[in-house]
Amino acid sequence: MKADIRKELEKRILVLDGAMGTMIQQYGLQEEDFRKGCFEDHTSDLKGNNDLLSMTRPEIIKEIHAKYFEAGADIVETNTFSGTSIAQEDYDLAKSAYDINYHGAKIAKEVADEFTAKEPNKPRFVAGSIGPTNRTLSISPDVNDPGFRAVTFEEMVGAYKEQVKGLIDGGSDLLLVETIFDTLNAKAALFAIDEVQQELGTELPIMVSGTITDASGRTLSGQTTEAFLISISHIPILSVGLNCALGASELRPYLQVLDQKSDFFVSAHPNAGLPNEFGEYDETPEMMADQIEDFLKENLVNIVGGCCGTTPEHIREIADVAAKYSPRKIKELAD
Amino acid sequence: MSEYTLKLSGLEPLIVTEESNFINVGERTNVTGSRKFLRLIKEENYEEAIDVARDQVEGGAQIIDINMDEGMLDGVECMVKFLNLIAAEPDIARVPIMIDSSKWEIIEAGLRCIQGKGVVNSISLKEGEELFKSQAKKIKMYGAAVIVMAFDEVGQADSYERRVDICKRSYDILVNEVGFYPGDIIFDPNIFPVATGMEEHNNNALDFFNATKWIRENLPGAHVSGGVSNVSFSFRGNNVVREAMHAAFLYHGIQHGMTMGIVNPTMLEVYDEVDKELMEYVEDVLLNRRPDATERLLEYAETVKGEAKEKKVDLEWRNQEVGKRIAHALVKGITEFIDEDVEEARQQFDAPLEVIEGPLMDGMNIVGDLFGSGKMFLPQVVKSARVMKKAVAYLTPYIEAEKGAGNSRGKILLATVKGDVHDIGKNIVGVVLGCNNFEVIDMGVMVPADQILKRAQEENADIIGLSGLITPSLDEMVHVAKEMERLNLNTPLLIGGATTSRVHTAVKIDPHFNADQTIHVLDASRSVTVAEKLLGKDKDAFVSDLRGEYEKLREHHLKNRKRKEFLTLEDATKNKFQIDWENFEASKPKNLGARSLLNFDLKILREYIDWTPFFMTWELAGKYPNILEDEVVGVEAKKLFEDANRLLDQIIEEKWLTANARFGVWPANTINENDIEIYSDETKSEVVNIQHCLRQQTKKSAKAFNMSLADFVAPKESGKSDYVGGFVVTTGLGIEKKLAEFEADHDDYHSIMLKALADRLAEAFAEYLHEYVRKDYWGYAVDESLSNEELIKESYKGIRPAPGYPACPDHTEKIGLFEMLNATDITGVSLTETLAMMPAASVSGWYFANPESKYFGIQKIKEDQVKSIAERKGKTEEEMKRWLSSLLD
Repeated sequence: MKADIRKELEKRILVLDGAMGTMIQQYGLQEEDFRKGCFEDHTSDLKGNNDLLSMTRPEIIKEIHAKYFEAGADIVETNTFSGTSIAQEDYDLAKSAYDINYHGAKIAKEVADEFTAKEPNKPRFVAGSIGPTNRTLSISPDVNDPGFRAVTFEEMVGAYKEQVKGLIDGGSDLLLVETIFDTLNAKAALFAIDEVQQELGTELPIMVSGTITDASGRTLSGQTTEAFLISISHIPILSVGLNCALGASELRPYLQVLDQKSDFFVSAHPNAGLPNEFGEYDETPEMMADQIEDFLKENLVNIVGGCCGTTPEHIREIADVAAKYSPRKIKELAD
Repeated sequence: MSEYTLKLSGLEPLIVTEESNFINVGERTNVTGSRKFLRLIKEENYEEAIDVARDQVEGGAQIIDINMDEGMLDGVECMVKFLNLIAAEPDIARVPIMIDSSKWEIIEAGLRCIQGKGVVNSISLKEGEELFKSQAKKIKMYGAAVIVMAFDEVGQADSYERRVDICKRSYDILVNEVGFYPGDIIFDPNIFPVATGMEEHNNNALDFFNATKWIRENLPGAHVSGGVSNVSFSFRGNNVVREAMHAAFLYHGIQHGMTMGIVNPTMLEVYDEVDKELMEYVEDVLLNRRPDATERLLEYAETVKGEAKEKKVDLEWRNQEVGKRIAHALVKGITEFIDEDVEEARQQFDAPLEVIEGPLMDGMNIVGDLFGSGKMFLPQVVKSARVMKKAVAYLTPYIEAEKGAGNSRGKILLATVKGDVHDIGKNIVGVVLGCNNFEVIDMGVMVPADQILKRAQEENADIIGLSGLITPSLDEMVHVAKEMERLNLNTPLLIGGATTSRVHTAVKIDPHFNADQTIHVLDASRSVTVAEKLLGKDKDAFVSDLRGEYEKLREHHLKNRKRKEFLTLEDATKNKFQIDWENFEASKPKNLGARSLLNFDLKILREYIDWTPFFMTWELAGKYPNILEDEVVGVEAKKLFEDANRLLDQIIEEKWLTANARFGVWPANTINENDIEIYSDETKSEVVNIQHCLRQQTKKSAKAFNMSLADFVAPKESGKSDYVGGFVVTTGLGIEKKLAEFEADHDDYHSIMLKALADRLAEAFAEYLHEYVRKDYWGYAVDESLSNEELIKESYKGIRPAPGYPACPDHTEKIGLFEMLNATDITGVSLTETLAMMPAASVSGWYFANPESKYFGIQKIKEDQVKSIAERKGKTEEEMKRWLSSLLD
């Protein structure tokens, strides 16, 4: 029987996994790892296109998923953050978008099923990761021509539909639209999810996670947290949250807004602090868990995890802390 | 208290609760409401246009309404450009956007540009439940709130009951069927002008208030909005009165539960600061508190304008000479002395008609000028008309005695065009013309082109006048003009109504109508002068002046118009639709050559009828078969359907109509990328026809192609065999005799019914034949099994585009098709001079079998393509230009 994530969310705080990129770096992979068996003859360089590893080195990605589950994660994200045809265009691999997502979901689901079978009272979930792409629908890339757009809403919807289809066909339990720096991109993703789910007759729960870029408390495209929340509330989503860009302590005031104003579950998966002068994240697992404990004490969140710079060690600390607290109740919003 | 909250966002949130103050929607960024904004957009002065938006937000607008509905603008392009630009202006983008358009494509384009949660303004049940639902679903997916107009299939709600009924019905559909969040529904229950001088408008404001109250009490979560400045429409030019009216209207509207509104803050007085006396008169009018409320407000309005000083009854004017007295009576709307003045004038002139043409017309011209320059208001004009009517009535017996009966100055047919229900202006024109002794035939509102033209011909009208207020009516007027041209109707065409303009008439309508002259008429009182000139001895000079003037306007427009981006035909051809011909294998037809089906059994065709357009012909909106159960039109639809089937039984039984078809399939290849060479047999040694295909020429976005039908056939150089088909069907043979019988009997109903059914049968025959060709004769889709419904939805493989329709708008292609099939001799369908098929109930077209073939529209093309087509066809460029004029700008 398929586990219902809503029921789990009522019982406990769920833990999301940590960074994928940080983990992959540790394997010291080379160009041939990114090509193996699938893209041997591809003409442009593929190193750094991490999403391909689900196809070329699936055993590595599965191992990373397993490490996070072992550390206590309830949900792992598929290795598909850049899996749209738009993002893959940089590598001339727009045509492989569906495959990347299908395989990304498939191998994550295999690992999740193994863990669920071992521990049936702690079902594990796979969230199909949907990144923001490298283009913006609300912002012109050309400062001299503010009315210009490098991509259209329809093109974005088309690319997202392909990704979503692959994620669902591959067996994802949830869909996670994350690192939203331009809300219009997210609206295109939600539009695509809605269309695909209508076509396939599925009802996968949707998680939405925005990114507050700096201390102004706004998204890159200029919205306040509450405006962002209002702009994505037209679809019945499972959770709304924030991830990336800031560390846990900087995120707190904006999570408070979501906690107070939203009638969805709330998630947070911050970075391991702010990057240092070398661009590295150096918050230790203990430091991060301490700050996340503040969220939990305040009863702000239902789902916690990590973004850039976090490792299975971070997640283990976070999971231990999360187990001590009871989950936030969805508010009956006052009028 | 409602459990639902309307939450909107720009860069910042806007939350509307029970405690919120009235939400002020900025209206200046609307091309239909602001001349300045329109000018800025037309001139592409976006920098200043953005300033207009900024001024509004700084001035306190909490939402900005953006509207680009102007016939001369590319609405989608302007909307997208403007929205993208203001997205980069944080001080504007902080407020939510209201996307305002009557065109769905503009609304959808707008929704794709806003990251926040905006408002769509508006949708309604006007074109039926299906469309309403599908639009609402889309809006929900895009994440916006919606304004719903109190408008349904029958028309705009103009009473309390209709407002309540339509809003309730809309709400139930949105909440229960579409799953729309109740707090995101905003009703616009129509703010109409008051104090118009017409009694039926007296309750307009009160009905709005009461309907607002009902909505807020009975439709949980729903909000109420409206365009406030409409209410004071009668007092254009008198801002003191208008501002007071707006203040009072808002005050009472808010009291009744109105939560937001489109208001120009500079045209709004503070309620308490309005002069007490004025406020009393205004509220008398708004609340319909006394029968003479309009009169009293009008009288007061004159004093605040400082024009009319004669507060006490001043009979000084009675001492002037008779012509001046008549003019004064007309301008002031005084009927008291008109009979004696007209009698005095009659004795001075040789003929009673000269009184009308002389002093009465002079007076009306003054009225016209005053109204035109905003110095007189609508109700006053109606009063002037009343004086005129009385004068004419007095003179009529003398005129008739002199010249015998029927001394009309001309017959003028008026209609509000299809899809539009606004008729105040048109009714005024009717009154004014009528009392100027023109015979007016008023066909009412929502009149389809064919009915207008039919009536004009039947009545032998001297002038046709079209009216419309909403933007889509402009396109319909162009359509009427084109139809008039097609029928070679040499009757002058008057164009009027709020969204019409001289430029639009000159650029978009006039060029399509050469059989006589198109004239834009600014307002009602001018219509008399225009009609007179058109029917008088100086018509030629008048028309020639007008033509010169319109020509100048067109040149000016052309110069100003930003060039749409077009490709040369050569470049467009490079971007043709790609089919992988290397791996292509055509489905080899079971039969080649042409075949006929003569005297075909109508009983079989009956099963293939698509009934929905039949109901559309009768102005009943809705899809068959649901329409038969429709709440509003169901009863009528059922009756009509029964009558139609009864007549159909008779048509079939008594063999009134003969159905003939001629069709064929031939080997074919595309040559030179744009022409299809059609061969007599597989040896390809004899070319029987070359189909010259047009190609889309507008510049496409990255992944779209410049389509041509030629792209669907294998090119000759590929060495592959391929095929095309063609057909001509008719079910109209024999109809004339029966039509004549009905018409002799004055039985319009059955005459129209018979024509409508013959049309349906012809379409059904085309559908039947296409299926037969797909499954059998050609046989490329042997296993196809589609219901009639699926056929109507075009779920089949391959297409059957018709010459003269969007994919091949070139009518002259019919000539080759008919020759190839020897269609005229065999089926009895002939082509008229303008290449229309006779009888009318006929359909012709091409068959394309390629699974990738699809319908598309050619849209606009450029001169280089005309030149190329002319060369390829061996015709002069001039001639082809004429045939393709609608495709050229």
